[in-house]
Amino acid sequence: MTATYRIIVCDGTTCINSGARRLTALLKEHLDKHDLTETVTIGLSGCLGMCDKGPIMVVNPGYTIYGGLSEADIPKIVEEHLIKGQPIARLAIQEDHLYNRFFRVFGDDKFFGHQMRITLRNCGIIDPESIDDYLSLRGYEALAKAITDMTPEQVVAEVESSGLRGRGGAGFSTGTKWKFTAAQEATPKYVICNADEGDPGAFMDRSAIEGDPHTIVEGMAIAGYAVGADKGIVYIRAEYPLAIRRITKAIEDARAHGLLGDNVLGSDFSFDIEIRLGAGAFVCGEETALIHSIEGARGMPRPRPPYPSVRGLFGQPTLINNVETWANIPVIILDGANWFKTVGTETSKGTKVFALAGKVVNTGLIEVPMGTTLREIIYDIGGGIPQGKTFKAVQTGGPSGGCLPEEYLDTPIDYDSLAKAGSIMGSGGMIVIDEDSCMVDIAKFFLEFTQNESCGKCTPCREGTKRMLEILTRITEGKGQNGDIEKLERLGHMIIKSSLCGLGQSAPNPVLSTIKNFRVEYEEHITEGKCRARACSNLLTYEIIDTCVGCGACRKVCPVAAISGSPKKEHVIDQEKCVKCGMCFNTCKFDAIAKV
Amino acid sequence: MATTETTAKTTSATAAERLAQLKTYIAETQENEHPDSFLIAVLHKAQELYGYLPVEVMDEVAEQMGIPTAHIWGVATFYHYFSLTPPGQHVISICLGTACYVRGAGQILQALKDELKIDVGEVTPDGMFSLQPARCLGACGLAPVVMIDDKIHGELTPKRMVQLINQYRKQAKK
Ligand SMILES: Cc1cc2nc3c(=O)[nH]c(=O)nc-3n(C[C@H](O)[C@H](O)[C@H](O)COP(=O)(O)O)c2cc1C
Ligand code: SF4
Ligand code: FES
Repeated sequence: MTATYRIIVCDGTTCINSGARRLTALLKEHLDKHDLTETVTIGLSGCLGMCDKGPIMVVNPGYTIYGGLSEADIPKIVEEHLIKGQPIARLAIQEDHLYNRFFRVFGDDKFFGHQMRITLRNCGIIDPESIDDYLSLRGYEALAKAITDMTPEQVVAEVESSGLRGRGGAGFSTGTKWKFTAAQEATPKYVICNADEGDPGAFMDRSAIEGDPHTIVEGMAIAGYAVGADKGIVYIRAEYPLAIRRITKAIEDARAHGLLGDNVLGSDFSFDIEIRLGAGAFVCGEETALIHSIEGARGMPRPRPPYPSVRGLFGQPTLINNVETWANIPVIILDGANWFKTVGTETSKGTKVFALAGKVVNTGLIEVPMGTTLREIIYDIGGGIPQGKTFKAVQTGGPSGGCLPEEYLDTPIDYDSLAKAGSIMGSGGMIVIDEDSCMVDIAKFFLEFTQNESCGKCTPCREGTKRMLEILTRITEGKGQNGDIEKLERLGHMIIKSSLCGLGQSAPNPVLSTIKNFRVEYEEHITEGKCRARACSNLLTYEIIDTCVGCGACRKVCPVAAISGSPKKEHVIDQEKCVKCGMCFNTCKFDAIAKV
Repeated sequence: MATTETTAKTTSATAAERLAQLKTYIAETQENEHPDSFLIAVLHKAQELYGYLPVEVMDEVAEQMGIPTAHIWGVATFYHYFSLTPPGQHVISICLGTACYVRGAGQILQALKDELKIDVGEVTPDGMFSLQPARCLGACGLAPVVMIDDKIHGELTPKRMVQLINQYRKQAKK
């Protein structure tokens, strides 16, 4: 019997240009010829990050990476490797990047095959509570390399040259931030990990910490060395008890191994980390508010400049980065900025983690190279929309972001393309929305959130969002007026212009983007009193249909006695009396109540 | 947002023991640099011990840390995680994260409000349930999700939600 193989062909742009698709066709011909189509399957993957050696094919099991292939190599691979089971050493790339350890294990799976795990490289592979596991996957090697082989300036330069941009939302150049903080004379300096994860539909940072806490510790220690800080703080949500426990243990273990504390690894660099808990305020994810919160005060933002890199925690120079940003640092130091730069697009390097959820078959945490399209994420990795429903929109950036319709599905994921399309990259929330959701209602959902979370310092953010919410509420109740849409737009732009911090400056985005892309839905609510998704309860009617057996449950539960009927006979709802509370709908055991 | 993690941890210690534990904790924090910055940590500790932040406890914190009570109130009320009223016997945290919302959390919330006759942030008159909002419990794959004490219930419908409440009620009667 012949062995079973799964071949992954890199379908990234560079590999395609160097002939990957032609080789795939050729490979298929040869498999046909040798009758191997049953036992050998071919899959495509997003950019594997080895663009300079394309075209790339990975043969699993065994994780043999073949690179720089030509047409003549294909029959040899089929005959030697696939039939005789002897990998061809001459064509194989012996590269050991941190990320490809993951693919040795999971690279042949469709869900993972499209992904590239750089920051999540250890998640699901190592025991997060074992420092030995982390060490065995070259953990803390980057820290050792930085301290022994590199000057702080070289570390900063490496990070800067990698093109890494902040993963917390704003996408500011990480290297530049490090350089600013390093340039400050004042001491002590602080390094902060922002693990406040505010987006209400996302859990990337939490999973990253729960899955691989040492990566964050290592990244922060490297930064401490690079910018001249001796103290790190992880500001993490109190709602994440498991993540808190794991990062606490990681810090203790690192300390016990001499990787934190006085004289790290015997050098004259000293660095330690402590944990501070957030307390459930979205605005505390904003860096100046976060600093106030660590100081023990109310988390109110303050104007910048001065930026935290100049005047931050306790008035000292402070470097703040997001969890995912930190997880990239050991990779950049160990595999080098030059390698890191090969992944991603012109302006956005590396990968991005998303918490994919909503109306999509596979929900979960994914990591893809920048430049992957929304369509690939939703349909190839996500498996499309469940129950044969129709896609309506994809929401990125949470309460600061926007909703993109079908025509934007081919937008590549990077900071600039998403911004141009009218949304933002955000911190990694990605919610798929289908025909059953009302876009006005979604906009209202986000605005309710931000309105509730506004710290109240600026009037436009505090009061303006309230006015917008009132208008949205009346539209969803069928009481919208002509001119409401324009009013929302005017208010939205005013709030964006006149708010102090990112919360207010982005709060109107979900409303403005749904108006831009789904204006008809707003108009239908206002002029026709119609909600096409049947989500706005005031705009629908409940009717009893013929599956009714006359059990009387709905009649008993209706608070306004709008339902009548005799036992065992079909009941009816008096539409004049009905208050649309939906109690009957929720009570009926026979699905005999329909929303129309 | 107070999730049940804190309330679940509430110890059965006596009042005197709790106070002693709190005082020890405060004393430890005060040995650090920037002692005032530990206020939020201290409030977390207090809520862990008491299940919420009683007024007397905040007065105690004020005295021990040398911070005006008014400032402590300001901080405690700013953060959603801190609760100034005692929680119900069972704490229901309804996930109002985006994924859950898109999958019908709104209807679940409505069903809960109708069934318990309380609003979010309130406790039922019999003290049995309190209802709290949560933002993404990290179980989006099971959306819509509700956490009762520390148990996650997923793929809910309004009907199942009501059934679940009734189960808890039945158990209480036993
Ligand atoms: C309202 C608001 C909420 C934010 N929430 C978060 C958050 O939860 N996590 C995060 O890392 N950054 C958040 N940020 C961005 C931070 O202010 C800051 O830019 C970021 O932590 C910097 O790290 P980075 O450069 O690595 O992205 C938020 C910003 C605003 C305005
Ligand atoms: S914009 Fe809103 S959240 Fe930000 S400082 Fe002003 S009021 Fe506070
Ligand atoms: S949004 Fe509810 S669990 Fe994530």
